[in-house]
Amino acid sequence: MARRKRSAWVSFTLLGAGLAILPILIETGIGRSWVRVIDFSLLYIMLAVGLNIVVGYAGLLDLGYIAFYAVGAYCYALLASPQFGLHLPFWAILPIGAAAAALFGILLGAPTLRLRGDYLAIVTLGFGEIVRIFLNNLNTPVNITNGPQGITLIDPIRIAGFSFAAKHHWLGLTFSSPQQYYYLFLTLTLALIFVALRLQDSRIGRAWAAIREDELAAAATGINVRNLKLLAFAMGATFAGVAGGLFAGFQGFVSPESFNLMESVMILCMIVLGGMGNIPGVILGATLLTVLPEALRYLGDWQQAWLGRIVVDPDDLRMLLFGLALIVMMLYRPAGLWPSRLRRREWEDQRTS
Amino acid sequence: MNDIVRIEEVSKQFGGIRALNNVSLSVLKGEILGLIGPNGAGKTTLFNILTGLYTPNSGQLWLGERSMLNLKPHQILQLGIARTFQNIRVFPEMTALENVMVGRHARTRAGLLGAVFRNRRTRTEETQIRTRSGELLETVGIARHSHTLAKNLSYGDQRRLEIARALATEPQLLALDEPAAGMNPAERDTLSELIRTLREQFKLTLVVIEHDVKLMMNLCDRIAVLDFGEKIAEGAPAEIRANPRVIQAYLGTEA
Repeated sequence: MARRKRSAWVSFTLLGAGLAILPILIETGIGRSWVRVIDFSLLYIMLAVGLNIVVGYAGLLDLGYIAFYAVGAYCYALLASPQFGLHLPFWAILPIGAAAAALFGILLGAPTLRLRGDYLAIVTLGFGEIVRIFLNNLNTPVNITNGPQGITLIDPIRIAGFSFAAKHHWLGLTFSSPQQYYYLFLTLTLALIFVALRLQDSRIGRAWAAIREDELAAAATGINVRNLKLLAFAMGATFAGVAGGLFAGFQGFVSPESFNLMESVMILCMIVLGGMGNIPGVILGATLLTVLPEALRYLGDWQQAWLGRIVVDPDDLRMLLFGLALIVMMLYRPAGLWPSRLRRREWEDQRTS
Repeated sequence: MNDIVRIEEVSKQFGGIRALNNVSLSVLKGEILGLIGPNGAGKTTLFNILTGLYTPNSGQLWLGERSMLNLKPHQILQLGIARTFQNIRVFPEMTALENVMVGRHARTRAGLLGAVFRNRRTRTEETQIRTRSGELLETVGIARHSHTLAKNLSYGDQRRLEIARALATEPQLLALDEPAAGMNPAERDTLSELIRTLREQFKLTLVVIEHDVKLMMNLCDRIAVLDFGEKIAEGAPAEIRANPRVIQAYLGTEA
């Protein structure tokens, strides 16, 4: 037991050290653009872990999840840009964005309480699109969102005078902006993962699981199904609100087209691919689906170099491989790449029996 | 008056079908009340009304002096009425222990902040939930399957699990919908024994729906008979056995 505990500590320390030097290795090894890719994958991990609360824990198939990311991003954009001339500090905006997203989660969740499965998916899909279309059209009669042009010149994230946009020297090393954002995003990602893990293994997490398994029996076992569903929507939305705020500060620009249906579908795919309900699986899924498409871009360069022309467009190839991967998954690992221990055992049971 | 629940002239219609017609029934504190009747007589409908899953079209529902009409299922459970289902409804992808732990939900309080920060109170509560749930699995006799997924349990064990989950909610009245369905004669015997033990141990009042008339005659203090949505008889098992209307309902009229 003591030995197992020690080896757990060793692997934790190694993991921590690895995560700490990752952006330095990547920037010197393969370039700064890849640090940005890693930053984005951290944002997507936050989103996937948040959506996993709604879909994986509580079993509510939400196809409009990206709307809450949009709410968080636009909150930041409106409160820290020349759009309204507001420049609120980061520590104030992030909670506001998270709270606004949670509120939207409840508002959009409330009308769907009686719906399940396919019907819920269709309605949430519609809600997601409504939010995007609103953002696209709220430039008249009063210009709030600046419509399809989006909001530019958003303040970079700045905490206590430390600007994440500027270079900093520390311990004889120079840290670029994407590297500094990496550490910020990593901290918040770890915090959100911690919250998600704690929630899963709690009275509330069990109630969510019960609703997922059998809503009627859950109600008859004393669970206030309405409140707990709303709580799941609100929690999931909060995660997306935080990620959205970070996204806006990181990019310096938001526009409605970043929040289309395809994004919602991608986040759902991350969960399904990784292993629904299991946090390590969800993290794996989110990482793979953000890093692999970027890696595929190299295929274009290689084709150019070896064949003299581009035979297969990397973007097409991406979709092709993506579809193929999902089919292979359905056939060979229907519970995801890294399912929870319980689900894996069950899947193996079914195969052997 | 020592009745715990009073059902007064309750009617329920589904479209043109009268599932229940003016049914009145009192459940006395501490008794085992049997509810029998041919298929489609309205027994489960009555259970669903009693536990808040259906709202009756007319009639009243009392728990002591308190009206239970228009209460949600979880509110009725909070007041101390728990149930099991005819077509077993355990949480299939959760372990037996987790199933029972869900039953503790209504009697525990930890919220969002407690879950995230795991303060001392939450930790104590969580330990109590776990211990109590383990004990209840022991009580119904399936403790050895604590960590088995509910859906992998045998039929009889799933029924026992449902009872444990219901007990975890600390009910004063427990409604069992065909608890012996799908059990063999030996299992049925241990089941009636279990039901009697539970009554003593938890000071329960029980309402039981069951088709096995022999089992019911031995188990119940009183029996009510439903036929085509109406209550046609109520009384001690011996009276019910001799009641001509009951015999008619079960054997059919000689035309």
